[in-house]
Amino acid sequence: MQPAIQVRGLSCGWGERLILRELDFDIHTGEVVTILGGSGCGKSTLLKHLIGLYPPLAGSILIQGNELVSADNQAREQILRMIGVMYQSGALFGSLSILDNIKLPLGSFSPLDTAAIDTLARLKLRLVGLEEFADFYPAELSGGMQKRAAIARAMALDPQILFLDEPSAGLDPVTSAELDQLIRRLAETQGVTIVVVTHELASIAAIADRAIMLDKSIQGILAIDTPAALAAASDPRVAHFFHAARPARAGTASVL
Amino acid sequence: MAKPSAAATTIAESLQLRAGGYAISGELTLHSTSRLWPACRAIDWQGQTLDLAAVTRVDGAGAALLFELSQAGAQLQHLSADGQRLLQALNPSQPLHIPAPAGELPLISRLGRASSLWLNDLAEQISFIGEAAAAFALTLRRPQLLRRAELWRQCEQVGANALPIISLIAFLLGIILAFQSAIPMRQFGAEVFVANLLGLSVLRELGPLMTAIVLAGRTGAAFAAEIGTMKVNEEINALVTFGYRPMNFLVLPRLLAGALMLPLLAIWASVIALLGGAIVLQGFGIPLATFWTQLSGQVTPLDILTGLIKAVAFGLVVASVGCLRGLSTGNGASAVGASTTRAVVQILVLLVVTDGLFAVVFYHLGW
Repeated sequence: MQPAIQVRGLSCGWGERLILRELDFDIHTGEVVTILGGSGCGKSTLLKHLIGLYPPLAGSILIQGNELVSADNQAREQILRMIGVMYQSGALFGSLSILDNIKLPLGSFSPLDTAAIDTLARLKLRLVGLEEFADFYPAELSGGMQKRAAIARAMALDPQILFLDEPSAGLDPVTSAELDQLIRRLAETQGVTIVVVTHELASIAAIADRAIMLDKSIQGILAIDTPAALAAASDPRVAHFFHAARPARAGTASVL
Repeated sequence: MAKPSAAATTIAESLQLRAGGYAISGELTLHSTSRLWPACRAIDWQGQTLDLAAVTRVDGAGAALLFELSQAGAQLQHLSADGQRLLQALNPSQPLHIPAPAGELPLISRLGRASSLWLNDLAEQISFIGEAAAAFALTLRRPQLLRRAELWRQCEQVGANALPIISLIAFLLGIILAFQSAIPMRQFGAEVFVANLLGLSVLRELGPLMTAIVLAGRTGAAFAAEIGTMKVNEEINALVTFGYRPMNFLVLPRLLAGALMLPLLAIWASVIALLGGAIVLQGFGIPLATFWTQLSGQVTPLDILTGLIKAVAFGLVVASVGCLRGLSTGNGASAVGASTTRAVVQILVLLVVTDGLFAVVFYHLGW
């Protein structure tokens, strides 16, 4: 079975500035893979290259066996139909209700009629637990609800791969845990491959089958393994990421 | 409504009617369901069976179709494990929640709502004028409160940077006015009086008004968009929590820049428009010296003063409405767009109203 994503010799950067060099990795169909690492290691840069927003400096990216980097416009559109993306801020269209946010790509890129689009969009909202809020505008929703609505929109065209950029960022631990459960449930029920950029250790443990750890000092991949294996790794840089101790204030350690 | 019969009938490409019920074959995906969906809606599914043994793949859209059929009473048979997993995630026993569309409010309610919004808006504008006046008074007492660097920056943006567009519009305006007036005046041999006409209309009326209209689109919209974006990004909240007053920090430099720069731009625009008119009249055989003699004989310092007073008022209108609409921006990118549009429309309306008021006042003053 071909990998959902196959990356070979991928170097990413901005202009002359190299951020990641010669990455090689596969992401298998149905997996939940997290891309993790410290701030500035290139997590979001890698994601933006994987979804074709920026051209890499070198290397190839195969999405479901289709080359993304050298694809012409038509092939590129076909590849983009296979992926859904949730951006860090949600990036919902503020002038549309969340139902209309989901209907928009369905109306443009699916042959369904209006009634079918309406049913399908409402069911996407049911999947993320927002069915009752269909007519709400993004500004009327909490941060966690906006993220869930953004996931529903990313799922609108039934993508085979879902990319989530920092889904837990800015959320309280309870909402963050609920979102993790949703991601896991989507992976299990929808059969979709999910790539999540995050540095939340709790999220990584809760959702990931495997994790790709990037490191700024080597401008590349430090380790690829299961979260449990990474947490037990002997490499000091991996261990430091997973077990970085924060000094507790006197008297609070026993409380937390 | 179709009912099952003994012979197999193809209803849609992959939907067959067989003895004992219906059957679907092939893929149930986003693209294949587009033809199936309308066909399935035409069937009374109550008590009918739907055999899905020949379905090869189901995706989210396919599951949505099966959800709808299940809700319509169809008994789904032989659905694959993947399909069942997708369908169960949609909770098919729970009907879809579709709120009834909100009915249109009665006329009296709509009138009431519109009046309430209008009154709130008016109250907001009056409050803004009061706050701006208070901020100005405070700045007069404590001049160190005025951010001078910001004032000069705004003066540059409102004034110096607007010179090219103001010059172009004013020059063309002078040319057009002179042409349109000179042609009929020539029939009476009175084209020399076009200079008088131009002098009065440009210095008293068109110079300040045209400049203000250009600045409404250029500066008023920019103020509304800039302050509106700051509001959306919570930069205004950050200013308040630091102890800054948005009125002093943001609004006052812009108001002063508007009030100071618009008269200067209006004078410049008037000079350029008169220059354009003079060039046209040369074509009609009126030399520059004659043009100047006619102009200086007609235009008094009071005409120039009335134009300048208007320009100051127009500058305040452009800057204050731009700032007010920026500060009252709601949430999201669309709110910034709405504020900008509102600012420009409101500025244009207020400019005409202000101009009308000045006309009445100046008439009664005998200016």
